[in-house]
Amino acid sequence: MGAVAMTHVGYVVAGWAIPLVALGLYAVRVVVRGRRLAEQVPPEERRWS
Amino acid sequence: MFRDAGLVAGKDLRIELRSQVTMQQVLPFAVLVLILFGIALDPDRGFLGRASAGLFWVTVLFCALLAIQRAFTIEAADGGRDALRLSGLDPAGIFLGKAAAIAVQLLAVEAVLAAGVVLMYGTEVTGVPLLVATIAAATTGLAAAGTLYGVLAAGLRVRETLLPILLLPVLSPVLIGATKAFEAALGGVAADGWPWLGLLVTFALLYLTFGTLAFGTLLEES
Amino acid sequence: MSAPPTTASRATRAIGGLSLAGLALLLGYALWWSPPDVVQKDSVRIMYVHVPTAIVAFSACAITTLASGMWLRRRSEGWWVLGGASAEVGLLFTGACLVTGSIWGRPTWGTYWDWDPRITSTTLLFILLVGFLALRRVDNESGIAAQRGMRAAIVGLLLFPNVVIVHYSVDWWRSLHQPATITRLDPTIEGEMLFTLMLGIVVFALVFAWLLVHRFRLGWLEERVRATGLDAAIVERRAEADLAGRAR
Repeated sequence: MGAVAMTHVGYVVAGWAIPLVALGLYAVRVVVRGRRLAEQVPPEERRWS
Repeated sequence: MFRDAGLVAGKDLRIELRSQVTMQQVLPFAVLVLILFGIALDPDRGFLGRASAGLFWVTVLFCALLAIQRAFTIEAADGGRDALRLSGLDPAGIFLGKAAAIAVQLLAVEAVLAAGVVLMYGTEVTGVPLLVATIAAATTGLAAAGTLYGVLAAGLRVRETLLPILLLPVLSPVLIGATKAFEAALGGVAADGWPWLGLLVTFALLYLTFGTLAFGTLLEES
Repeated sequence: MSAPPTTASRATRAIGGLSLAGLALLLGYALWWSPPDVVQKDSVRIMYVHVPTAIVAFSACAITTLASGMWLRRRSEGWWVLGGASAEVGLLFTGACLVTGSIWGRPTWGTYWDWDPRITSTTLLFILLVGFLALRRVDNESGIAAQRGMRAAIVGLLLFPNVVIVHYSVDWWRSLHQPATITRLDPTIEGEMLFTLMLGIVVFALVFAWLLVHRFRLGWLEERVRATGLDAAIVERRAEADLAGRAR
């Protein structure tokens, strides 16, 4: 199964790492900004939690 | 609606006749772009001749941007847009009129560009019916979509930089269709080109329809 | 004491947990358990992230168009926020699609850019989204909530139709030039490769949903803060006017 070395390893790793890291960073940014703003807004205006 | 369109088109074209902006600025720009392409792409006449369809239409696209910007700048001065809004003219008519005026100016530019391309790139003109039909359909599509997006960008200060990135991707199907149709006509196998004309006509009809429907609300906002 | 206020909720925690678990499973299959392709060898593994991001990008555009249309009819703030949130998350996925497609292209075609119809039309899609978001930003600054946003909404409404027209035009254009090399994922794909692909689509759809909900709520909060900011400014202005009146 994993005995043969993967061809094009660099490309495969880059092809997966770049989108996942980008999505992760974006997720962090959105959640952090969300927290900061949620503090400024009274609970009636954010009825989801 | 058509009467109002005629009024608006007449007004815009009269302004153009007086100010001569298309004649004195956009046409020279068009010729200049042809020359720049020639300089950049090696005046080996064979190559330019083969690429002339694409180069022609790319230049038309750039000129269209200028013409559209211009069409709405003339309204911005002296509160012309408010005058249009309050004039009681049918908004659909205003849309068609402005689009028609832009189309006429583009046709003038295209005529000069055609001469330029034949002269400077050594293009042989064949398949004239297809060429004429393509010019008609493509110009209509450019004018219709351009007028719609032009009014969107009209009131904004960032108009000059925003309009190109809004409009050019939208116009890429026109570029594709017109270039392929021209290539078919100029390359001698006109039969290949007619399907592309179908794309151009569909595009033009879509934007004419949408523009007539949406223009009224957009004019209110600008 | 209640938890600090965030944009999270039970629903997002569920989706988030599911996404992470799914992602782990997907990575296992994509990078390890599924076999390499006969022709593409291991570079096919990039397809398991490239194809889902493409599907998500298109879906995001459809959502933005739908939201723009609904806003034009109902004028409720939720639709406005949704249109922008979907476009922004869509932009991210479109970028990911372009990058993964390009990286896949290198070992497959030998070059990072091959005028493949999908990459070309996806690049145009990227610019369409950038333009839309730029217009929204400008439109957003015009003040009165009831009036602003018309321009951006019209462009948003046209977004998905434009994506479709551009996609088919570019496809048709390039189909005349396509040599018989691999530019599409083999439609007869089956077995573990098919499963991995399907899993990838599901997982990235979940990730998209999670990001969309959070981004929507963030946008909603931004609108609330804007609104209170405007209210405060109006109150201040009135107070100033009062003082000025009394001072005379």
